[in-house]
Amino acid sequence: MKAEEIAALLGEKFGAKILESKLDGLNPWSVVEPAEILAVCRFLRDDDRLVMNHLECLAGVDYKDRVEVVYVMYSMEHRHRYALKCRMPREGAHLPSVESVWRVANWHEREAFDMIGMVFDGHSDPRRILMPDDWEGHPLRKDYKFPATYGGMPV
Amino acid sequence: MQVEYDGDIMTLNMGPQHPSTHGVLRLELKTDGEVVADAIPHIGYLHRCFEKHAENIEYPGVVPFTDRMDYCAAMNMELGYVLAVEKLMGIQVNNRVRCIRIIMAELNRIASHLIAAGTYGNDIGSFTPFLWCFRDRETILDMFEETCGARLLYNYNWIGGLMCDVLPGFEKKVVDFINYFEPQVDNLNKLLSDNFIFIKRTANVGIMTPEVALSYGVTGPNLRGSGVKFDVRRDEPYLGYEEFDFEVPVGLGEHGPVGSCWDRYMVRIREVKESCKIIRQAAAKMTPGDVQESIPKRIKPPVGEIYHRTECPRGELGYYIVSDGSLKPYRVKVKSPCFTVMSAFQEISHGAMIADIIAILGSVDVVLGEIDR
Repeated sequence: MKAEEIAALLGEKFGAKILESKLDGLNPWSVVEPAEILAVCRFLRDDDRLVMNHLECLAGVDYKDRVEVVYVMYSMEHRHRYALKCRMPREGAHLPSVESVWRVANWHEREAFDMIGMVFDGHSDPRRILMPDDWEGHPLRKDYKFPATYGGMPV
Repeated sequence: MQVEYDGDIMTLNMGPQHPSTHGVLRLELKTDGEVVADAIPHIGYLHRCFEKHAENIEYPGVVPFTDRMDYCAAMNMELGYVLAVEKLMGIQVNNRVRCIRIIMAELNRIASHLIAAGTYGNDIGSFTPFLWCFRDRETILDMFEETCGARLLYNYNWIGGLMCDVLPGFEKKVVDFINYFEPQVDNLNKLLSDNFIFIKRTANVGIMTPEVALSYGVTGPNLRGSGVKFDVRRDEPYLGYEEFDFEVPVGLGEHGPVGSCWDRYMVRIREVKESCKIIRQAAAKMTPGDVQESIPKRIKPPVGEIYHRTECPRGELGYYIVSDGSLKPYRVKVKSPCFTVMSAFQEISHGAMIADIIAILGSVDVVLGEIDR
């Protein structure tokens, strides 16, 4: 299925919840209202025309004025790809977890939380994953300051 | 080892410095006697902030960092990155570059699968296959060394071309090696794959059903071991892989259910033979040309973003790159195949014996450098 058709299906089903779409780039994407992401992802996976059964990548990105979560998904059945984005303010960003749709999202969301700092509501295991549990701050934020000490030791 | 008791369940730490965890991985095992009720992986011991580094270095400088993610398959790591940046910039490379890249990537795949098979045999308790595999891998590394000067961390694929051309007579050397190597695969099968003890240890253990594999985003040989015929090289070709004739082997379940450790192991052995086929064809397709003719003077991709994936020996390696139009990437996110398969580990190891944990971990073939980045 072409990106235009996927975007049309999404627009038909979710209407104003799809805030923006860009279909002419290398990877077509749509921006979704953060609170709706779980419903949109479930629709994309379960609809027979779409069957997005493979979550390829879930990336958190810090854009200085906002943070984004990017979901790149692919259909093993129909061989098409689409990306969703959720945009949130930098402080207190939170959105629903999509762990119940693709179980791989569990670790990807932990990584996004660890590195950028958005909170995934309803996540079964909201811990850091790459950094130590007692680490302060989120290293991939653009304004991150490297700490001079860790656990009382200079680094 | 730290041991604590909680009723009948005992918590046991396997790792981070355990010889069979293939790197610094800690598995928190909840054991009930010999049976593992739960195996929780803890990662991050090898985290070197690759993604943060990448944001502070110009595009070409990121390539050596990608080498250091999966040090067993560095050619494939850098190939994924340079292809993503080339696609973002719209660079086309000539036939010679494509053929050399394919030969290098496939040789590297063979080397990586030889490590996987050799160390797997070693984990299970057979030592000779380990030596055989490393002997043949050494020949491949020698060819890499004479081409680019490095045995493991190459920095050979550059954005828009290659670091240097191969030496005269390289094609013949490669084909000679393949001619020698293909019968060695059969010998390895006789020694290890069809060994009664090896089959008893690995078939029926660590079953990963196709549903579990897909939900956990498992890719590469581990996904194909579960019987799903999907290979990026065939299904979403890059570098002109569509012109090559090769099969995509899947787990057939000869010894027990599909998706067992033996199936995952055997997919790798069969893939090695397919790689040999690809290398033969690529060596025949090589034409003269300048390997640096498409390298841009300034590597400054336009504003935009890209997700690009390639098939590396351990599965789909994806790069999500955001460019803000400057000389440095704004964000580089690596979707690592080992990361996703590690997240499925808890599911497939549930209810296994402690000794089988080693067999399962070896069969999914993870490299911690790539998980932790």
